[in-house]
Amino acid sequence: MSVDSVFVHKMWNDHELTKMVSGGVPFAMLSDGGGRVGSVYGVYDQDAGVEMRGRFIIDPDGVIQGYEVLTPPVGRNVDETIRQIQAFQVVRNSKGTEATPSGWKPGKMTLKPGPDLVGKVWEVWKTSMAFD
Amino acid sequence: MPEEIKAGCARPTGGPVGEAPERTAPAGTGPVKEEKGMIKVGGKAPDFTAPAYLGGKFVQVKLSDYLGKWVVLCFYPGDFTFV
Repeated sequence: MSVDSVFVHKMWNDHELTKMVSGGVPFAMLSDGGGRVGSVYGVYDQDAGVEMRGRFIIDPDGVIQGYEVLTPPVGRNVDETIRQIQAFQVVRNSKGTEATPSGWKPGKMTLKPGPDLVGKVWEVWKTSMAFD
Repeated sequence: MPEEIKAGCARPTGGPVGEAPERTAPAGTGPVKEEKGMIKVGGKAPDFTAPAYLGGKFVQVKLSDYLGKWVVLCFYPGDFTFV
């Protein structure tokens, strides 16, 4: 979503993005003229008249589970977004009985928070697991 | 899911859906407290409609139409920006 019109979105997709992604952008390119939606989400920069790089993960209930906002010159990391969604899905599927510690990714162990785990995380989770 | 927009000369628009957040206290009640509708993790994503370009068509997208799915909503400074 940006403040550009859908007409500009079409031009950008058809003339540049199709050269990066075969078939063009597969998801909706949203237009937010005037930054009205961006203002509600807190990512519209009124002075510059553009949106900041904000990324929101919204779960199936319409609840915001996470967000990240960067200034324009630095791009996001799509792998990290996907990792976070996978982690939120694990937590959701476990109905909140499991949690994903720092550095978790699919295949790594989860934690089951409860009285037995208090003071015992050091036994099952090592700091090296925070890194890939 | 998203409805196609009939081609016309008017530039399609969208915006927030639902009640606007309270912003300012009534005049004359002391210092004006700016109530910023801050986004909170664990809170509801504010609903909106927005025109969109999708699969060669212009459509109208409503966030709440995607309930039941995981959604990644991305804002960026502008088309033809570099990163």
